[in-house]
Amino acid sequence: MSGAEKIDVTVTEIVPVNELVTRFKFERTDGGLLPTFSGGAHTVVEMKDGDITRLNPYSLMSDPMDQNAYTISVRRDDEGRGGSLFMHQKVSVGDQMVISYPVNLFSLDLRAKKHLFLAGGIGITPFLSQIKQCERLGGAWELHYACRNEALGSYVDELTSKHPYEANVYYDDQKQAIALEGLLNGQPIGTHVYVCGPKGMIDWVRATAEKLGWPREAVHYEEFLAPQPGKPFEVKLAVSNKVVQVGEDESLLEAMEREGVDAPYLCRGGACGQCETRVIDYSGNFIHRDHWLEDDERASGEKIMPCVSRFEGKTLVLDR
Amino acid sequence: MTIQFNEETFRDDYTFKNSDWAIQRFPFPFHEDSYMYSVNMEQHRGGPEGSIYEKRFDVDEHYVAEMHDRAMVLADDPLRCQSLPHMTLAGWDLLELIMVSKSEDYPDLFELHRDGDQWRWVNKPLGIDDTFTFLDETTLPYGPMEYITRQAQGDFCVLDQRDDNLWMDAGTVTTQADWSLDFDIGMNFFEWHAPVPLAHEKGIFVRALKFLLNIQQGAPARRLNWTMTVNPLLDTSPENYHKWGVQKTTLTPENIGQKQHLRVELQTFFRLPRSNALVFPIRCYLCNFDDLMTMPKWGRRLHRVIRDLPEELATYKGFIDNRPMMLDYLSKFDDGLPTSPGIWPERETQPALNT
Repeated sequence: MSGAEKIDVTVTEIVPVNELVTRFKFERTDGGLLPTFSGGAHTVVEMKDGDITRLNPYSLMSDPMDQNAYTISVRRDDEGRGGSLFMHQKVSVGDQMVISYPVNLFSLDLRAKKHLFLAGGIGITPFLSQIKQCERLGGAWELHYACRNEALGSYVDELTSKHPYEANVYYDDQKQAIALEGLLNGQPIGTHVYVCGPKGMIDWVRATAEKLGWPREAVHYEEFLAPQPGKPFEVKLAVSNKVVQVGEDESLLEAMEREGVDAPYLCRGGACGQCETRVIDYSGNFIHRDHWLEDDERASGEKIMPCVSRFEGKTLVLDR
Repeated sequence: MTIQFNEETFRDDYTFKNSDWAIQRFPFPFHEDSYMYSVNMEQHRGGPEGSIYEKRFDVDEHYVAEMHDRAMVLADDPLRCQSLPHMTLAGWDLLELIMVSKSEDYPDLFELHRDGDQWRWVNKPLGIDDTFTFLDETTLPYGPMEYITRQAQGDFCVLDQRDDNLWMDAGTVTTQADWSLDFDIGMNFFEWHAPVPLAHEKGIFVRALKFLLNIQQGAPARRLNWTMTVNPLLDTSPENYHKWGVQKTTLTPENIGQKQHLRVELQTFFRLPRSNALVFPIRCYLCNFDDLMTMPKWGRRLHRVIRDLPEELATYKGFIDNRPMMLDYLSKFDDGLPTSPGIWPERETQPALNT
């Protein structure tokens, strides 16, 4: 079986945080304790939406030491393929769902003398659990959090009231922006920087840190990509001996799973590398959307990450 | 069943012995009549009843004696147990994992009572009954990793995970097959495996690292590894090579059946939840040739494996000089009959030695 171990949970609380973001609380259906986890971990939530099963990753934002419940925050994406809309519109308190064990692709480097957190929008969620971990275990931290406006500033009040010295908030509509160069230059030696937010923000932080001479291993980032819709295409699976049609609103990975092919996966967001698949033959163009493959691997036409990437063309044959 | 713990030594007079029960459950590491490296991983979730795979941390008749031997090694050389400053949280993770597992798997031997952060740990075989505060080091006589690994058989490497690599940043290593924690501390996965022959060329370590980085909470894994040891020595460390290396020259055709031991490591891998570190317990099992030969299938197979092993591997595993004498002994237990696949001895169904 692919993916992490599963846990049966019941939705015990749904709280609208603002116009776009809703928070969900999960407790074990059997009444037992949930596993502890490390700050920055995510869980993959299974959504049974009619005939389609969607598996979307969400950062755990609750206290990693709290084994009674997990909470996640889901930002509604009206343009997406429906995972976040399903959570917002079809999930009710009392529903039973299946989530995965925690998986961490964005953990704190515990050698750091200080953790510098940079969040954009819904990218705040992994930091909420990391902050709780730092508070419990005594790690120095500082947060810089950019939001579109006050109305969409999820958890701003909680953060600024509990941590008035550590939490700094910036609103786009008030033309406030993180003064990144000065911020990075002013950090003590041994600081690690973590960024979670839109791709543009991640690229900006990584490029600025590199320019300022930050060691590569002191810069951490996470961006989960939701698979994007695209033109339907056909794929031949050489090992399973199947020809599969990938629909407009499903990912290549989801289409393989629909046909009963047990393809490996973990994050389903283009970050972990687990679903990497060898291309045997193709005629057409890849639409690579992952964070995993290097440029030369993309250029080679030998690999694809089916969780988020697509294909346009005549023939695609995969080693799966 | 209640385990009868042996009074025995792994040094000086070497009174170590395996009961018939221990021989039957010995983890014979060869599933076929030849051996080459592979990433022979499988999930670690139980196994046949009574086998060494059944429990998360196997406890057997050697438990008390092995813990006494560990205490002696640590008294002589405290650097066998080290934990870099950022690994303390992983040490607590390990303490919790072992205490929870052992108290659930062996309720007659171990008890864990938790009331919030106030924990009481009872270890009956070692006569320990301690109360402490979880995550407060000052309430334990040692750091959390040292405390619990003084009460658990096998070596423990606690590996930090960062930069898509694993780092040997903490461990308790007193029963090792000729490698040194003090030398390897702080090294990454490729650095500490650098001395292993052939496997790098086969891409074994790249694949193994990828597998290990993806081991997730709730889904531990395991594999077997093996080497040869003359006399039932747990501590075959480089630090003490001057004491045990020379013993390899004491082997004679008369004593080889008693002195020569097959040394098997049950290696397991668990993701640690709070630290996201990986713990790599390496549990050592020893069995002398005479005892192994009581299983006809193992006798036939061990002869064929040792005979056909590439020279580099026999050299790396440290028995190239003694191989001819081993083969003289082992060949008497190989009548050429076929062996069944798999590691289990199948004493009832495998034909007796045709002499």
